[in-house]
Amino acid sequence: MFANLTLESYKTMQFALMISETHEGFEDRNNARAGEYWGGWMAYSRAIAESGIFAGGAGLELPSTATRVVFDGASKTVQDGPFPDARELLGGFFVIEVDSLDDAIAWAKRCPITKGGTVEVRPVLPPPPQAD
Amino acid sequence: MPTVEAIARRHYGRLLAWLAAGFRDLAAAEDALQDAFAAALWRWPTEGVPEHPDAWLLATAKRRIFDRLRQRKVSDAFAVDLRHTLTEAEDAVTWQFPDNRLKLMFVCAHPDIEASMHAPLMLQTVLGLDSRSIADAFVVSPSAMSQRLVRVKAKIAAATLAFEIPEREALPQRLDSVLQAIYAAYTSAWTTTPDSDTRGLAGEAAYLAQLCVDLSPGEPEALGLLALIRFSDARAVARFAADGAYVPMDEQDVTLWDRGLIAQAEATLDLASRNLTLGRYQLEAAIQSAHISARQRGVARSAVLPLYRALVSLHPSFGAWTGYAAALAQAGETRAAKQVLDDLGEDRMRLYQPWWAVMAEVATRLGDTASALRAYDMAEGLEDAATVKAWLRQRRNRLLQ
Repeated sequence: MFANLTLESYKTMQFALMISETHEGFEDRNNARAGEYWGGWMAYSRAIAESGIFAGGAGLELPSTATRVVFDGASKTVQDGPFPDARELLGGFFVIEVDSLDDAIAWAKRCPITKGGTVEVRPVLPPPPQAD
Repeated sequence: MPTVEAIARRHYGRLLAWLAAGFRDLAAAEDALQDAFAAALWRWPTEGVPEHPDAWLLATAKRRIFDRLRQRKVSDAFAVDLRHTLTEAEDAVTWQFPDNRLKLMFVCAHPDIEASMHAPLMLQTVLGLDSRSIADAFVVSPSAMSQRLVRVKAKIAAATLAFEIPEREALPQRLDSVLQAIYAAYTSAWTTTPDSDTRGLAGEAAYLAQLCVDLSPGEPEALGLLALIRFSDARAVARFAADGAYVPMDEQDVTLWDRGLIAQAEATLDLASRNLTLGRYQLEAAIQSAHISARQRGVARSAVLPLYRALVSLHPSFGAWTGYAAALAQAGETRAAKQVLDDLGEDRMRLYQPWWAVMAEVATRLGDTASALRAYDMAEGLEDAATVKAWLRQRRNRLLQ
């Protein structure tokens, strides 16, 4: 019954790389630098996929398309984007399976971000214990 | 105003070397210095950065060491004695090391520590590289490297490995590890972009290599490393265009190269070769020299190949083999280059960026566009530096025109 649980699968951990970009960075999706922007992310995704560490992820449409549901006490307010207050906004995320935080940081540093931004690296919670 | 982080980068190695030399306990010196930096992080933002931040840190760290000794109820007489030792650290040794950092590096090459960890330990403790950069330099995963470093440091703390300044006679056995660390530090700094904060590290590595030569005059590999660093430094300004774009060696403006430094490097390499003991650094320096002659005087590209063959037989690292493949391709021996890359094996090289970059060029020359596109993507995806990423993308897009 433990046939699939090799030592390796105990060792690896999942991390989310949450990629925030600046407004200038998002502009590169649709201007003269678009080829470089998308090419960079394609190369990065390819390297992640071919390294066998990809466990999930998605690129997101522009922050201006976002809608927020804000919970405040008993009331729930729906707000339409854009939200110009934030300097950086989420542009996409990856979930990768690697040996340690060091490896995850190494991957975060390879992100093709050229106009400023942040990659937040966070361990993914382990699945809740299963009742038999 | 300099940040605590910037000050830490600039002074950490020197302060640690000083404390460890005086206190003769590397682990305790590190603990104390880290406490001092923590105190600085807490106090400087409100109290302001002291006029002499290094002196402040040193005084704080020394106080910590004495506090701990008191906690351990060490006798006052010993504490006084130690205080004396700390202030007179330099006089305590029978002969002088030219530099405290270099001294600490030789200490890290302790025979009780696994030889392969000597250089990584020096890079982390003395030169302040993070485990990620160290892992890159030795082509292992960051997690593997940090685990090994933790294990070694635990061993040092548990065994309280004596902070022994090696006898002069013991230096030659330890020199190899020291040169390895200087080489890794230099390469690590060299591969980063001009805006990176590790730039100063290249200068430190050059300085330490010079000190190694002074310490063991005529030692061919120390001279070889110094020559190698000088050849590379001579080309430093030509590596980036005015707009910051990356310029590979073959496209660099030769007139920007520092001819004086190249002449110095040639003379250093010549001095090394008089000993008639061939070594890795001399070979790498000779390879640099051949590349430079090919660009400056049109010497045949194939001149570098015998040097690479000697290097891969003497020091068969992934980097050396990949460099050999690149040189074969430049000399027009594309199929032989492909063979070398295939022998290294895609599976083993999957995360090794230089292998993909060379594979991309080789596949392009062989007319295998699909493989070339894939290899360019992998090389770009595995690269950190935005400037190099952009250059690889340009090369890749040429295939689509």
